[in-house]
Amino acid sequence: MSQKVLLNSKEVNIILHRLACQLIENHENFEETVLVGIQPRGRFLANRLADLLREEYKIKSIQLGHLDITFFRDDFRRGDKPLAANTTEIDFIVEDKNVVFIDDVLHTGRSIRSALTAIQSFGRPKNIELLTLIDRRFSRHLPIQPTYKGRQVDAIDEQRVKVNWLENAGEDVVYLVDK
Amino acid sequence: MSELSVDHLLGIKYLNKTDIELIFETADQFKEVINRPIKKVPSLRDITIANLFFENSTRTKLSFELAEKRLSADVINFSASQSSVKKGETLVDTVNNILSMKVDMVVMRHPNPGAGVFLSKHVKASIINAGDGAHEHPTQALLDSYSIRERLGGVKGKNVVIVGDILHSRVALSNIYALQLQGANVKVCGPKTLIPKYIESLGVKVETNLRKALEWCDVANMLRVQNERMEISYFPSTREYTQQFGVNKTLLDSLDKEIVIMHPGPINRGVEITSDVADSKQAIILDQVENGVAVRMAVIYLLASKIKQ
Repeated sequence: MSQKVLLNSKEVNIILHRLACQLIENHENFEETVLVGIQPRGRFLANRLADLLREEYKIKSIQLGHLDITFFRDDFRRGDKPLAANTTEIDFIVEDKNVVFIDDVLHTGRSIRSALTAIQSFGRPKNIELLTLIDRRFSRHLPIQPTYKGRQVDAIDEQRVKVNWLENAGEDVVYLVDK
Repeated sequence: MSELSVDHLLGIKYLNKTDIELIFETADQFKEVINRPIKKVPSLRDITIANLFFENSTRTKLSFELAEKRLSADVINFSASQSSVKKGETLVDTVNNILSMKVDMVVMRHPNPGAGVFLSKHVKASIINAGDGAHEHPTQALLDSYSIRERLGGVKGKNVVIVGDILHSRVALSNIYALQLQGANVKVCGPKTLIPKYIESLGVKVETNLRKALEWCDVANMLRVQNERMEISYFPSTREYTQQFGVNKTLLDSLDKEIVIMHPGPINRGVEITSDVADSKQAIILDQVENGVAVRMAVIYLLASKIKQ
């Protein structure tokens, strides 16, 4: 198994700042906007962006939640392993809000399809956008595209994009791994 | 992720500690789901579940049906009083007839102990035991432990007394297994006539003095006196039973600590517990009912994930 670095810590940091600025461009003070990290891996990126918006860009009204999509996935009973559920933490109503889904890698689009269904349990959003750190553009199974993307990657199916965060792996780095 | 070690939920006896932890962790997520504005998830939309109740039930049946519907399963209900069982059909024939309508899972309550185990050996479907005679009632024990975990932060090391009619109670046996598996200390308390002779072989202690039992415990699970299962008289009168084994507010307030009161329902108010106890903050009876749906969703979800397409 070989792996190469797609983004190092410095590049991840620059991209996070750019994504934060792009969000501010569209959502200004975030009063009508909520950020929703897709569990399990989107939560790290969502937390990081929320901290950045609060601390570096002094935006006070950031509402952040985490959405688990396990029970809404379309591959229940289809894989070898059972699907493990994660926590959903959404303590606000999304009715008439601008929702920004945040996930680390956009691959087939199936997770986002599940998230689109799952979020309906919390109300009818005004609109939904998608922010993703890595967009694997040639791997889509569904017509789903990101609104904001960190880096576009052309990877083949046999390769895997691995995103490590300071919080779970000790450093911010993105690898392209040959399986 | 780990999966359940069993393909059916026939009794707590067949589970291990990891199974119980997995069920509780999954139930945590379902508890969050059933408190959303929209309480339903689509996971089991291609699963059909038959609820076969060969014995009366209100809350267990409702709880299972709600759990199944919240998971988007298709549900069919059957009760023995309106069926061909009365015409002499055997259990295996009845169930096989239902299964030929492409049913994936069977939730069954039956008056005979071991009916679930028997069925699991003869039919091709995942079986959940919703009570088999005086044997086991695994989902009740799971929701009881889950409720203790929720209220006290854990089950391990807690002292739990089960009070009342132990002899006829499937809730008692399943609770003893479940609590011991999780490291709780268990005592039973009741009239000697209603305590099985060899209960101590399960590692539980017998206490016939209710006050002593309550002083010892963190949790008291008050069982209902099951008059319908009693062919003979086990105690002189209901009044005498209440005097010796009923919990009232005066008794509860006289203890030097605040214990948790549980009851699997239906309550005979004024017999095993008085109304002011049942409605007090110490009682978690309605939490048990709410948790019942979440725990049953978890059990059904985890068993369904083992049914191959």
